[in-house]
Amino acid sequence: MSYRTYHDVKGDDRSHLGDQVAEQRKRVADRLASIGQVVAVMSGKGGVGKSYVSSLLAVAASAEGRAVGVLDADLNSPTVGRLLNSGALEMTDVALLPAVGDLGVKVVSSDLILDEDAPLRWKSALSSEEFVWRGALEVGMLREFLADVEWGALDLLIVDLPPGAEAAKDLMMLVPSVAVGFAVTIPTEESRRSVARAIRVARDAGMPLGGIIENMSSYLGEGSEEPRPLFEGIAGDALAEEFDIPLLGRLPLRPERAPRDVIDDSEDLLQQVFRVLA
Amino acid sequence: MKFLCIDCDEQMKFIDRQEPGDGTFAAAYSCPTCGRQIAMLANPMETQLVGSLGVKIGGDTLDRDPMELVRAEMEGAEAKLGAKVNRPTWTAESRDRLDRVPSFVRGMVMKIYNDWAMERGLTEITPKVMDEARVDLGLEEM
Repeated sequence: MSYRTYHDVKGDDRSHLGDQVAEQRKRVADRLASIGQVVAVMSGKGGVGKSYVSSLLAVAASAEGRAVGVLDADLNSPTVGRLLNSGALEMTDVALLPAVGDLGVKVVSSDLILDEDAPLRWKSALSSEEFVWRGALEVGMLREFLADVEWGALDLLIVDLPPGAEAAKDLMMLVPSVAVGFAVTIPTEESRRSVARAIRVARDAGMPLGGIIENMSSYLGEGSEEPRPLFEGIAGDALAEEFDIPLLGRLPLRPERAPRDVIDDSEDLLQQVFRVLA
Repeated sequence: MKFLCIDCDEQMKFIDRQEPGDGTFAAAYSCPTCGRQIAMLANPMETQLVGSLGVKIGGDTLDRDPMELVRAEMEGAEAKLGAKVNRPTWTAESRDRLDRVPSFVRGMVMKIYNDWAMERGLTEITPKVMDEARVDLGLEEM
């Protein structure tokens, strides 16, 4: 017995899965049509302060008069909502409305959906096999944060990516029009190696890179005039040389200060960033 | 996925879909020539894999509900994002008018009307309610 092939049978299969995926991508593109630039803040390494840098860039750009949103794509360890003192999300029948944080920055973060201290969990009858589809669900959640959130007319949407080399690639699949990415590192050699891997993945995915930001280059306690050394290493300079992109600046660790409180002290770095975005 | 009736060499037609439990996805098909019916039962693993992509088996189009995947799959999300307690309903005419608002601000406009109506104890948004709200809020362009 022989059978006809799928394409020999001319009737449609009703599911139109290919069309559904294309429609998903169109929704993202349609939603982002009202946004001037999508900017990624990335790093291969966790704990380097990507969210702090993202929040600082957001409030500084807002202070300059730009309409800014931040998408916290770190779904499992979200912090942007707190850093920007954001309010609550609001759901309507047609879209999710972002929360509003410091200086009017619009914020969407899984932190604003999760209960206090609750981890991100997926409802599944097959939780023991969750590793198989968890990645697809997380990309799907990011897609809905892009497509189903009514960002409004923004000059800048900053996407705070999670740690891991593949994060930039996932974003580029959803948003091929990302204007520029900034890589965040701390000074250590371990960070340099991790960020270098992430930069290579980002470049392979076609993300234009605007420069390196070295965070926690020193420690500046409240009331101190002089920053003190914090980590050994020259990762910022080394990455800039290795990838031929500029080191845009260094930020000290100032644990008592919220991003909105360090705008003035970060002027040199911010001017470099805004020059890239111009 | 297509189903072929071997006896008739005819593509079977979709007639029903169900999720009967334990994550199983069931789709029923019948042969338009001989009338034979079959049910395809996808195991929970296959159902979950496809569902994780945010697409629908046997569906004609994507569901238009926003944040549908997150609300369906993420623990706690439906309670935070799905609750529509006390929100006014929209008549077809008012919905048509809302659809003329540019999509990138449509949700915010809806919220403005909803908030205005709820403050006044109204349970339905009609074109007349929209007109009154517009005048009251000074939003003649909406």
